[in-house]
Amino acid sequence: MNTATTTANGHAPHGEHHPAGLLRWLTTTNHKDIGTMYLTFALVMFFVGGAMILAVRAELFQPGMQLMQPEFFNQLIGVHALVMIFAALMPAATGFANWQIPLMIGAPDMALPRLNNWGFWLLPPAALLLTMPFVLALFGIGDGAIATGWTFYAPLSVQGGIGVDFAIFAVHILGISSILGSINIIVTIFNMRAPGMTMMKLPLFCWGWLITAFLLIATIPVLAGAVTMLLTDRHFGTHFFTAAGGGDPILFQHLFWFFGHPEVYILLLPVWGLMPHVLATFSRKPVYGYKAQVYGFVAIGILSVVVWAHHFFTAGLPVPALLYFMYSTMSISLPLAVLFFCWIATMWRGAMSFETPMLFATGFIVLFGIAGLTGLVLADVAADAQYHHSYFVVAHFHYALFAGGIMGVMTGVYYWLPKWTGRMYSETLGKWHFWLTVLSFNLTFMPQFFLGLAGMPRRIPDYALQFAEFNAISTVGAFILGISQLLFAWNIVQCVCGRGAPAESRAWEGAEGLEWELSSPPPHHSWEIQPRVK
Amino acid sequence: MSTHSASSHGTHYYVPRPSHYPVTLSGALFLLALGFVLRINGFAPGPWFMLAGAALILYVLFGWFGAIIGESVTRAYGRWEDQSFRHGMVWFIASEVAFFAAFFGALFYVRVISVPDLLNLLPNHGWTLYPDYQGLSWPQSGAGPKAMAFTPMGAWGIPALNTALLLSSGATVTWAHWGLLKNNRFQLNLGLFLTVVLGFTFLGFQAWEYHHAYAELGLTLGAGVYGATFFMLTGFHGFHVTLGAIMLTVILLRCLKGHFDADNHFAFEGVAWYWHFVDVVWLLLFVFVYWL
Repeated sequence: MNTATTTANGHAPHGEHHPAGLLRWLTTTNHKDIGTMYLTFALVMFFVGGAMILAVRAELFQPGMQLMQPEFFNQLIGVHALVMIFAALMPAATGFANWQIPLMIGAPDMALPRLNNWGFWLLPPAALLLTMPFVLALFGIGDGAIATGWTFYAPLSVQGGIGVDFAIFAVHILGISSILGSINIIVTIFNMRAPGMTMMKLPLFCWGWLITAFLLIATIPVLAGAVTMLLTDRHFGTHFFTAAGGGDPILFQHLFWFFGHPEVYILLLPVWGLMPHVLATFSRKPVYGYKAQVYGFVAIGILSVVVWAHHFFTAGLPVPALLYFMYSTMSISLPLAVLFFCWIATMWRGAMSFETPMLFATGFIVLFGIAGLTGLVLADVAADAQYHHSYFVVAHFHYALFAGGIMGVMTGVYYWLPKWTGRMYSETLGKWHFWLTVLSFNLTFMPQFFLGLAGMPRRIPDYALQFAEFNAISTVGAFILGISQLLFAWNIVQCVCGRGAPAESRAWEGAEGLEWELSSPPPHHSWEIQPRVK
Repeated sequence: MSTHSASSHGTHYYVPRPSHYPVTLSGALFLLALGFVLRINGFAPGPWFMLAGAALILYVLFGWFGAIIGESVTRAYGRWEDQSFRHGMVWFIASEVAFFAAFFGALFYVRVISVPDLLNLLPNHGWTLYPDYQGLSWPQSGAGPKAMAFTPMGAWGIPALNTALLLSSGATVTWAHWGLLKNNRFQLNLGLFLTVVLGFTFLGFQAWEYHHAYAELGLTLGAGVYGATFFMLTGFHGFHVTLGAIMLTVILLRCLKGHFDADNHFAFEGVAWYWHFVDVVWLLLFVFVYWL
């Protein structure tokens, strides 16, 4: 397999002619090209979403209104979340899946290559729909983007402006993309594995994604249904969410969080899948508790769809429902604790070295642990009455989704970048990036726990004087955090441009798995003859 | 779950050439969505964007499916690829199940939880949202300023007939499949033709029922939460039947051209599965929307 050259067109087994330039990327059916597009898109949107929230943090630097109108503040907050979730984190995970799953299971490509391309190319139009109302408002069309926060709660969203409609259709298109990607991943894992690779020999990254894909197929259509009802309530006279017509605004919260809670695990399961690979590599030990982790993924996947109402304990649910959702939510900590145990046990007494991916992986374990513990506090019905809709929640889910999700993605990027580009990134820059990220992340979000405990509500552009110091600290942290990410982008660009030391096939000393048997970068078409797994 | 992974296929997997259809379709959906948003917010150019989007979608449907049919007819696919398509169709239908589950979930929620709760406010707490709210049960449209008088749709007229039509069409498509497996082309074509006729007849009745609801019963989309759930559930089902009937028509035309044989007919089976799926959804609709 290593005979193929790194130039894509040199390797054309069927006499195919690959278009060059932009047309190559528009029309490609190759999983590596598509993975690259997903990852590039995710990186760009990460900076777009980050810029939005830096504007928000700048406004919150001091009490009082300095920079913007409250309406614009609300728009930035909602679109920041939608962009980060749907256009940065999810595409990054799908980019990993596209690049890695065929390499890891010894498949010649994804099972449905044209569909794969469609899945990616739905994303830019959706991102355009989401952000377009900002621009249209400058020309006097509409009143800007969606201003309800990312949760679209009725009745606010029923009354909102044109931005809500744009967001509804953006979500529809993003949803189609997610479902296509999920179908493709499930089919690839079920039907494309190399001979001898049984399901219990499947790499954990693929297991994590498999459960993610099931969750997406089960829940994204429910979100599509919910925003469709919202659309008809807004424009076609239905009364799903209006009590005056016999409907109920709380119905929207049920439908939304039936999607929204599994979505958290959709964002995290791919990361949990890749963690054991990285930890085992840099501990130079086999993964500890493979089966336990697989069962943990499955258990978390199942539990995640039956706990949704803990997102609105304060909405007036009956007591039996509160108790059920409290206990079921807390029970998720059991399989999650199994995962934490396996991660730590994988490192236990290993010959550890701390290259950048390992730094991010260990940082992930610590910080994501904080997310889990503060989540337990929020899952407590009695305590939640105090914390609900406060900055405590904001801090909690940023520990989950930045430290858990995005730092997990960064772990994967540093780990696999040498495989993808054939170049080693700069370890010095990587370490700077890690330490700046971890320190400024905590500087940003740790104060938000205290703000929340002291009673500062989220999604409010102005606040009482007593919250000024912690907000100022948080804003300083956020700007350092944002600027540090330029190091990340620079490090990636260097590798993509072919600078840095050449990477070996097995880029890391302790790395195990089929992907490390291919050259770095792998040929344009790999595993056309499937390896046999013993 | 997969028993087909390695043993039953050859060594080469067909990876299609680069194609412009996916990106064109994405652009078309963008135009359609943009046009629709502009249209419902009263901006004049909206319908033109929608028209352009719809035309592009039609172009891609013909082109993309044409390419796939070409690949199928020239035997670019073997058993391995066939397995991928089958798995893919199953999980696509699973996502459709989840979509309908959202609307059924809304129906059950209002019928079992929110409407009884609102009705119980007066006896249990001595107050009510609106003065007329007491004494109403399902079906209802609320009693606030948004309430409208209407007659609910009965189950034993057109809906029962439609149930019989769809169930029969499920039988005829299976009969056609048996014909294909026995290489009896007449049975295949006749069975498919009957299925298509039954499908379009169902749609005709459904359209007539909607007209009846709007013109005579006062039952509209705006008739409270009953009207909303009634029309959204039956409407999305009708939309899926329309798609299914169009797909069956394409399959019928392909059969008449001599496509498919006993070993190679994924497209036929995929559409048949889809048809059975809309059949099952209808049964649930009949029970929970029309009957109970």
